[in-house]
Amino acid sequence: MPGIFYGLAATAKRDLLLAWKRPGDVLNPLFFFAMVCTLFPLAVGPSAEQLEFSGPGVLWVAALLATLLSLNSLFLTDYEDGSLDQLLVSPQPLPVLVLGKVLAHWLTSGLPLVFVSPILAITYRMPLSVVGVMMLTLGLGTISLSLLGSIGAALTVGLHRGTALLSLLILPLAMPIMILGANAVSLASTNDVYSTGIWALGAYAIASLSLAPYATAAALRISNE
Amino acid sequence: MWKWFHMLASPPHFYRISAILAPWLGMAGLIMVAYGTWQGLFVVPMDYQQGDAFRIIYVHVPSAYLSMMAYMIMATSGAIGLIWRIKLAHAVAAAAAPIGAGFTFLALCTGSIWGRPMWGTWWEWGDPRMMSELILLFLYFGYMALRSSIDDTAKADKASAVLALVGIVNVVIVHFSVEWWSSLHQGQTVFKKGTMDADMRVPLFIMLIGFTLLFGSMLLRRIRTEVLYRERRTRWVREMILSPEGDA
Amino acid sequence: MVRASPGPGPGNGKSSRSEPEASGERAVRASPGPGPARLDERVVADGLAGSRSQAQALIRTGRVLVDDVPVEKQRQTFHGDLVWLAHRTGLKGDLTLVENLEFERSLRAHSNRDPEEVYERLGISRLKKLVLRSLSAGQQRRVALARMLLSDVPLWFMDEPFTNLDREGRALVMELVEDHCSKGGMCVMAAHQDVDIDVPTTRVKIQ
Repeated sequence: MPGIFYGLAATAKRDLLLAWKRPGDVLNPLFFFAMVCTLFPLAVGPSAEQLEFSGPGVLWVAALLATLLSLNSLFLTDYEDGSLDQLLVSPQPLPVLVLGKVLAHWLTSGLPLVFVSPILAITYRMPLSVVGVMMLTLGLGTISLSLLGSIGAALTVGLHRGTALLSLLILPLAMPIMILGANAVSLASTNDVYSTGIWALGAYAIASLSLAPYATAAALRISNE
Repeated sequence: MWKWFHMLASPPHFYRISAILAPWLGMAGLIMVAYGTWQGLFVVPMDYQQGDAFRIIYVHVPSAYLSMMAYMIMATSGAIGLIWRIKLAHAVAAAAAPIGAGFTFLALCTGSIWGRPMWGTWWEWGDPRMMSELILLFLYFGYMALRSSIDDTAKADKASAVLALVGIVNVVIVHFSVEWWSSLHQGQTVFKKGTMDADMRVPLFIMLIGFTLLFGSMLLRRIRTEVLYRERRTRWVREMILSPEGDA
Repeated sequence: MVRASPGPGPGNGKSSRSEPEASGERAVRASPGPGPARLDERVVADGLAGSRSQAQALIRTGRVLVDDVPVEKQRQTFHGDLVWLAHRTGLKGDLTLVENLEFERSLRAHSNRDPEEVYERLGISRLKKLVLRSLSAGQQRRVALARMLLSDVPLWFMDEPFTNLDREGRALVMELVEDHCSKGGMCVMAAHQDVDIDVPTTRVKIQ
């Protein structure tokens, strides 16, 4: 393995190991996702057309909120037990270490969402072909969400009432992702051309992948100087 | 020329210069806004399509323009502060934020008032420009909230500078994605702003310039307050306050 | 050679923030490595490592030079040459000893130390498979020391290394420092109590 990715693999592995030992941390956001999807029909009524029409949007909003919930703890435990300080004086470049953490975060929050979403999508009477598109948009979108969210998490780590502030900071960043994803699925459900949305989500993911780690690393140094 | 630049970046010099500049900008701005308002309200003829309702653009357009310019100033001076470590730049960013948020809010309100006769509702979720403006307001709130939750001034400056820079990229992206979204759901609102007559345009330019001058004056005053607060322990502030002609 | 010079910071050594831990004298010791080393004035372990700590308020505007080059210009090399034993160990309570130290080792691929030897030295061999959370504070501190040894770097920064250790543990720490310095390493330590070490040291008192 080339030297620079030692850090990435090591931090990803450690975080995955930690998540394995505390499965509740992974399951909680998933339950939250399911609950939000349940709230909508309860609030606005279970009519079939309404469900079918609003399905993509509701699922995407729920996924966004669930990701927001899980982003909270991205740097929190590290901050509290001193590992964040150690990461800051590590010989490995900080953006690489950050990328490792975000990778582990995505594997334990974004990816599970992708696999749980079909269950909820079917309850919203989504046809299977559209479910495939939904999973694709969620997969691409959650990558960007984890990356951009890490910037917000780094800026607010250790702040008093950081949770509320985190949501305020991340939602404007997350809105374009959600717009692209939810509308691509809507287009798919009416058999329209939806490839624009998918390409845009892919571009978003690549751009976030290249730029977000640097912003997050800078934010971490600033928050912890 | 660099000497002048350096002087401007020094807080006591800035404080002295802005003491003179701010009132002049304010006066000039006030006069232009007054003239532009009178023109816009009474002199310019009624619009063919929209009747008298369109007159609010004389407040709406300058507000929207300034809301974005303020954000640019905030992000640019934050970047200058981060890269070149000029303290005054951070004071500029901190001062610009609430003014920008205020103009954004004004743009949203005037836009809503304008929309009522146009769209039939006070708020049209489908209009891409209003949506982008709303998200800009949230960006301002996030910025101000982050600043106020970090106690150490230097740290708050740097963190919010990073946030503003990320936000600038986001503003562009949000604009495009909301436009795409709006084009998908067309049918709910098609609102074209047609080309404007010459006699409608001149007062608009006057208002734009007048508003900008007022903005400049407000910004300078806020920066002065910021500078006083940040430099409250330095000698030049103490001397100035204690001297017989103490500036307030 | 490490040299530190204070910047235009607070001159009397008093931190502008309140110190939550014991106020009063703190003694700083350092042992030189190869060649003459000079540590002037207010040098405190955490501050040099460049990370957040209340002590850093003292040298916030100071400058650190390694081989006459300021640290900011060679941060990566500087970090590659140091290990920081902080008050909060930075080890994960949910992971076992071996898992924790494996992580540390994979960040520094060049380490030449034999882990088993180090565990023996520190008396934690039988604790290898245990989750850190279940160890006592003293044992966790020993694990942190093991981490320091395993990193195999010349520069040690230690912040209150004697916390939670019994007399045996404290003697062990001093032994380790002496060993390290006699082999050409360098150690910067911040401690509350007076420490007797058999190597040339520079002491800085901060009140």
